[in-house]
Amino acid sequence: MTTSRFAPGTFTPAPGRGRLGRMLAAHARVETALTLRHGEQILLTLLIPLALLLGLSLLDVLPAGEFADMPRVDWITPRILALAVLSSAFTGQAIALGFDRRYGVLKRLAATALPRWLLVAGRLVAALVVVTLQVLILGGVAALLGWSPSAAGIAFGVAALVLGTLCFGALGVLLGGALKAEAVLALANIVWFVLLLAGGILMVPSALPDAYATVVALLPSGALAEGLHAALVDGTFSAGSCAVLAVWTALAAAVATRTTKLT
Amino acid sequence: MAGARATRARGPQAVPLTFVNAAAVEITGLVKRFGSVTAVDGLDLKMPRGEILALLGPNGAGKTTTVEICEGFRTPDAGTVRVLGLDPARGGAALRPRVGVMPQGGGAYPGVHAEEMLRLVAACAADPLDPAWLLDVLGLGGARRTPFKRLSGGQQQRLSLACALVGKPELVFLDEPTAGMDPQARRLVWELLGALRTDGVSVLLTTHLMEEAEALADDVVIVDDGTVIAQGSPSALTAEHAEDAQLRFRARPGLDTRLLAAALPEGYVVRESSPGSYRVIGHVDPQVVSTVTSWCAQQGVLAEELHVGRRDLEEVFLELTGRELRT
Repeated sequence: MTTSRFAPGTFTPAPGRGRLGRMLAAHARVETALTLRHGEQILLTLLIPLALLLGLSLLDVLPAGEFADMPRVDWITPRILALAVLSSAFTGQAIALGFDRRYGVLKRLAATALPRWLLVAGRLVAALVVVTLQVLILGGVAALLGWSPSAAGIAFGVAALVLGTLCFGALGVLLGGALKAEAVLALANIVWFVLLLAGGILMVPSALPDAYATVVALLPSGALAEGLHAALVDGTFSAGSCAVLAVWTALAAAVATRTTKLT
Repeated sequence: MAGARATRARGPQAVPLTFVNAAAVEITGLVKRFGSVTAVDGLDLKMPRGEILALLGPNGAGKTTTVEICEGFRTPDAGTVRVLGLDPARGGAALRPRVGVMPQGGGAYPGVHAEEMLRLVAACAADPLDPAWLLDVLGLGGARRTPFKRLSGGQQQRLSLACALVGKPELVFLDEPTAGMDPQARRLVWELLGALRTDGVSVLLTTHLMEEAEALADDVVIVDDGTVIAQGSPSALTAEHAEDAQLRFRARPGLDTRLLAAALPEGYVVRESSPGSYRVIGHVDPQVVSTVTSWCAQQGVLAEELHVGRRDLEEVFLELTGRELRT
């Protein structure tokens, strides 16, 4: 008989919110899995940085003056790591969020007991996991190419990567949460391209005209690249770069809490 | 199980006692405008705990807007809304753990696996149902690792329903729960909703299917142009609007209903309500039945499934909301 399928009491209400740690872990796990499963995301977050790392380390295409007395791979690797953060935490994040809103994911999750701040926290934790994987793979390949980062600066480098991920993650949520999915897709890619070429990732502020160099150093991309360069090449902590990243993070988070829409 | 029981005990205690016996949903004078369009226009509704209430209405009647206001996704322009005694616009954090929501058209990551999605939603609840069991009973056991975008429309709907129920809510909002489902899946969902009622869960659903409302709902609320135009139990509604009995029969489509009406005494109305399905409305006596069948015989057709009775909910609905297709 049909009544046997649902024993009485099966659905007796037992409402309550899940544990915060469990919710955060579950959300971050799904976000991470989806990023790693997504072909275009892998292209953006891993294959392009990998191609640039190999190309710029092996080929003599950068002006030699920029890294006069060091192996090319030592100079290029911190900048590729900055690009990796920009790619996954910002561009990939923004596009995914834009389309998740379109598909009603945010509304679905917002209808559960998941607190609103956790919707963002889960994505940021996933971004940190993805950046960790990127750093391990890109760093591993760079090591094979002879990369020898400053041992004294590794901890500073990790701090810059974490701060950079939070900063670009907040900016990614700001962009992906505010506009229509197609607009997010276009803008996130344009910003990626502009910051890569003109935002201090591949071109060093010191090689640029003064006024422009000042602007670039104040961009999150320029600050992250310089912070990583200081840590991994010179073994020093760049307080200025971290301050710039912290300010951008705070600004982006403050605006995003007002502008992020569920649909 | 001890852990589960402890959590269960914690839930209700967190709720102020005055709210425990509040109506499931109570809406007074609700108004919601979008630009120059008034989607909800002074809607009143009271839904007691533990019942199934069906919100019926043509497309654009304001059903989804009303439900979304109850879910806290939209804020009203006027009127008050209380869900389990709480204001959904302000008390969302306290309310959401107690309410299950099935939005219209699913809501899942395109690439997420069915089981992954349900486990994520289950993780948000203190004492959820077993996700694997729920997938099995909803016929999704074979689709656990299928990405959401590859599920059929009916499978997506069932997953969405699972997400609404997995947290053992006190109240569920289901926006067109059986849209896109095949008849077997629809029966399954009806059975499930029956089990929810047995276990004391309140269910507010919107639907276009009169059969669904008639089979499930304790109360039916018919909404049109953003306001309630009729409400009551399905039997009360059909009785109230059934001054006239009716005779229904099936025959080949396209019979000339004017000729049949002419064969009947003055005042009878004959309609082909859907192709091949005819209704004669008026006082039905043996003479009328005889006239109809002999008229059919003259046309060389057999009147099948001849049925005399009260009008069903669909007739009442069409009577109240009009027969014209809205544009």
